[in-house]
Order: sequence, then C-alpha cells, then structure tokens
Amino acid sequence: MNQWIAFWSIMFKDVRAYYLKPPNVSWGLIFPVAWTGMFFIRSGRGLDSVLDLLPGVVAISVLFGTTSMLAVTVTFEKKNRSFDRLLLAPIPLSLLMLAKTSGAILFGVFNAFVPILLAQFLTDLSRIAWMTVLPAVLLVAIASTFLGLFIAVSVSEVFEAQTFSNFFRFPMIFLCGLFFPISALPAFLRPLAFALPLTYGVDILRQGILGQSMLPTGLNLMILIGFCLALFIVSLRNVHRKWIV
Amino acid sequence: MRIINDPDPLIRVEELTKRYKEVTAVDGLSFAVNHGELFGFLGPNGAGKTTTISLLTGLARPDSGAIRIAGRECAKNPKAAQHLIGVVPDESNLYPELSGYDNLCFCAALYGMRQAERQMRARELLEVFGLEGAADRKFAGYSKGMKRKLTIAAGIIHRPPILFLDEPTTGIDVASARQIRQLIADLHRAGTTIFLTTHYIEEAERLCERIAFVVQGRIVEIDSVVNLLQPVRQRRAMLITVSGSVEGLCNHLAGAYPQFTFQAASADQVRVESSDTISIGPLVRSIEDQGGEVIEARRLRPSLEDVFVRITGIDLDAMKKEKGGGGQ
Ligand SMILES: Nc1ncnc2c1ncn2[C@@H]1O[C@H](COP(=O)(O)OP(=O)(O)OP(=O)(O)O)[C@@H](O)[C@H]1O
Ligand SMILES: [Mg+2]
Repeated sequence: MNQWIAFWSIMFKDVRAYYLKPPNVSWGLIFPVAWTGMFFIRSGRGLDSVLDLLPGVVAISVLFGTTSMLAVTVTFEKKNRSFDRLLLAPIPLSLLMLAKTSGAILFGVFNAFVPILLAQFLTDLSRIAWMTVLPAVLLVAIASTFLGLFIAVSVSEVFEAQTFSNFFRFPMIFLCGLFFPISALPAFLRPLAFALPLTYGVDILRQGILGQSMLPTGLNLMILIGFCLALFIVSLRNVHRKWIV
Repeated sequence: MRIINDPDPLIRVEELTKRYKEVTAVDGLSFAVNHGELFGFLGPNGAGKTTTISLLTGLARPDSGAIRIAGRECAKNPKAAQHLIGVVPDESNLYPELSGYDNLCFCAALYGMRQAERQMRARELLEVFGLEGAADRKFAGYSKGMKRKLTIAAGIIHRPPILFLDEPTTGIDVASARQIRQLIADLHRAGTTIFLTTHYIEEAERLCERIAFVVQGRIVEIDSVVNLLQPVRQRRAMLITVSGSVEGLCNHLAGAYPQFTFQAASADQVRVESSDTISIGPLVRSIEDQGGEVIEARRLRPSLEDVFVRITGIDLDAMKKEKGGGGQ
C-alpha cells in the first residue's frame, strides 16, 4: 500500500514540475494544432478531408508529445543524479518506471484530444466509435511513451535522447500509415511498417474514426499491447544493466 | 584485521569487490558496523568510499562479496533493506525546480509516509536546519551550505535507523560544518547507526567511535578511535617556533639530545618528539646558544593524523589541499 504513495507522488511531481510548465503545455497545444492546420490545408480537399486526416494527426500529436518528455523526466534526472533518490526508494524498479512514465502517458492522451477538439468545430464527429478510439489513444500513448523510455535509458545526455527519438519518429510519420496507406509504400519498406507499433495504433484509430482498417481491431490491440510490454520489459532490463552497475 | 566482537552487527560486509574496467574501486573489503555505532570510513580521493556506499545502498552491483544489512542479504537483492536506509550523497541531488519544502515532502513520500505526517516532518526538519525562511524558495536558488543541509534533511526525513553520510562537511564553511557535525552527533545519540565517509581526519576523530582507514579500495586499519590512538598517546610532541631559520638547528639539537627526535616542520619551526617528558628549559637554552630565539613552544596533542600518516604513508597536506573548502 505504501508503495502506491510513492507511485502517486512520483507521478504528480513530474506532472507539476515538468508537464504543467507553460512551455510544455503550450508545446502540447501548439504542436497538434500546427500539425492539424498543416495537413488540413495541404490536403486541399477542404473540410470534408478533416475526418480522413484525423487518425494521422492524433497519432502524430501523441507520438511527438510523449517521446521527448522522457528525455527530460528520465535522462535529465539521471544526469543531475536526482534519479538516484528514486533508485534508493524502497519500491520495485518496475513500479518506479511505471510512475515515471504515467505522467507522460497522460500528457500524450491530453495531446490526442487537441486535434479532436479542433475537428469538432470543423466537421461532424458523431459517427466516431469512441469505445474504439479511446483505447487506441491510450495504447498509442503508452507505446510511444515506452518507446521514449527505451530511448531515454539507451543514452546518457538529454540532447542524445532528442536526436535519437527523432531518428525513430520522423520515419514513423511516413511508414506507419498516418497519411497514406501502407499499401502505397514501396514493397521493400512494408515489412518495416509492420515492425513499428504506431502502424497498429493508427489502424485502430482509422477503424474508430473512419470505420475502415487493414487488420481486425482485436488483433491490432493485441499486437499493440505486445509492443508495450516488450518495450517496457526491455527498458527495465536496460535500467538494471546500465544504471545499477 | 581485528575480530569484530558484536556477534550480530547491523551491517556486515565480507570480501566486497567492485571493479570498473581497469580500476578496482573496492578491493575485498570486510568490516562490520554495530547497532547504534558511528562508523567512520576515512580515506583520500579515489579510495573507494563513495563506491562502498553505492554498493551498500543498492546503487551499484558488487562483482563479488556479501552484504548483510539488518539480517537481509543485500548483495543479490539490494531492495531488501532500502526501507531501513537513509543516504546523504556527496553532491546535493534534490530537485532544482521544487521548493525546499516540496523536496522534503516528496522524499518522505518515496518512503510511503502519509501526507499529514510528511508535512509535519518537513516543517520540523526545516526548523532544525534553520531553513524555515527558505522553505518556499526553489532548491536551485539555495547556497551550497543550504543545499547540503536540505540534502541531509532529505536523507533523514523517514527516520531511518541506518544513515549513510558521504563527506557531509566537504566544501562548506566552518560554521555550517560545525552545525552539521553537531547534528550528526545528535542523530547518533538518538540511536541512529551512522556510516560516515570523510577525508577530514579530525572530523573522524571527533565524531566516530570506530574508524576504517581506506586506501585504494582496501582497509589498511580498522579499530576504535581509542585503540588507534594508543601508539601515539605515549609519545610526546612539541612544536617550537624560533626566530630565524631552523637550518642546521635540528642537527645540532639531535646531537645534544639523542633521546629526542627533531624534525624541521617549516622554515622556522622544529618538531620535537619523544617517548619521555620533554622539558623545554634546556632546549630553549641550547637554541639560544646557537644564536636563535624561541618565540613559541607548543605541546602537540597526539592525534589520529599521526596514526594515519604512520599507517598509510599518505601526505596529509596533499590530501587536505585536494578538496579545499571548509570542513575543519
Ligand atoms: N562509475 C564509475 N566508473 C568508472 N570508475 C569509477 C566509477 N566510480 C568510481 N570509479 C573509480 O573508482 C575509484 C574509487 O572511486 P570513489 O568515488 O569510490 O572514491 P572516493 O573514495 O569516494 O573518492 P572521493 O574522496 O574523491 O569522493 C576511483 O578510482 C574512481 O575513478
Ligand atoms: Mg566520494
């Protein structure tokens, strides 16, 4: 029971100290707005394209909102050694890492709803299957946060974490079916698309928002959950191996 | 090494070894810390003091050896005893963006303390450390001494029965250092078992009950302060300051008083040592006969420094200069 006091405190501390800071809140707002605007304008098909673009914009907002956060909450704290305090706390490492990531996951979910709220003013969202979209948003947030965690524990400098995460996320914009279907990719790139978690998240979002998808939603969910578990376990092992040396 | 007499020490370390690539930071350490003891770990830079604390507290993994804390096997499972431990690291590592008060409350929460209790405890410690006025200021804006005090407060916020202090007085001014030493003594009196690393010999001598001298990852001597001082206690030493140079004077005096040893302590100071009483009268006259004049003669208290130098052969002046700062 006492361990949960530590869990909530770590999460709330991060939310207060990092996520609710004006630069992050505005980043969380501006970034999705910018993406939304850019794609809606670029598509040139007017307002009826809003719904088409929504899954991609939601996914990209979550991806960019979460992955860079762990560079701050984990890499930065590791660097200034305050992370040692957390490692000294009498709580299991897994609970500690969950606490460190849960703030970023919440932040990601918050990011997802910025474009959805904007779309609300531009188009009719009444046909969206929210019970499909919500788990998808949550899982995409979890998967990209854990990807951020994986990156954060693989590097030792904050700028490395930023660079390294761009190495993952920019290709993902094009490879994961965000704005054009995976079938439109050159054949040799397609396997790569299926190796990335975002592909499955976007597919569920498309199902929920547009009623069309490549794979069945149940399968997509299972694969996405698998990615989340794998990323988390690998990150935990990395923490064990690299930080408690 | 001496046999440890407490059959059930609170901390027991056996053959602990830790290597970092080519450096062996900790090299087969064995020691025990008894319940309620203030144990000093004394050594120069790079001796392996911080590494030892990291190994004992679960921040580093030993290559070999055993660690038992309060009966729990900690070498394999470092989490086993962490709830009993408080750690004050050598560098202040609290959260720069949080206030002093919030930092303390957060640290208390890490140990599962409930809100009302942690707020009360945080206020209490801010008062003890004289930081009430800075409670709501960000830690980033604290001075070095304030940071250090808050870091110590954070280390004891959950009232740990075992406290690890890594060079608590290094780099802060004399008054703060004294205050911190007083606090350590108070904690000790209240029953906390303390593992203190330092490179200030006087600090170790003043505070600790038992001391291990550590050099290059090994314990070269471990004993109670009383026992360690035994060999030098018998010796008398005196420092004589003369006008003019001591050059040649030592040789002359050594010839005249073969029962004493003479050593030039500085350009105008002679150190006299003996196992017998040193009577100053004849010495003063001899110096005056040589055309010198005695300005001051001071009896030197036998100190742990002498023991340390004798055992380790380490140049103390160099050790003190390396770190600078207040301390003493
Ligand atoms: N993480 C590490 N990686 C590589 N070498 C290390 C690491 N930590 C410590 N060492 C080496 O181990 C040795 C012991 O270091 P340690 O920090 O324990 O010494 P110390 O007694 O605390 O010194 P100081 O008085 O300077 O704090 C040093 O030679 C140091 O370079
Ligand atoms: Mg050290």
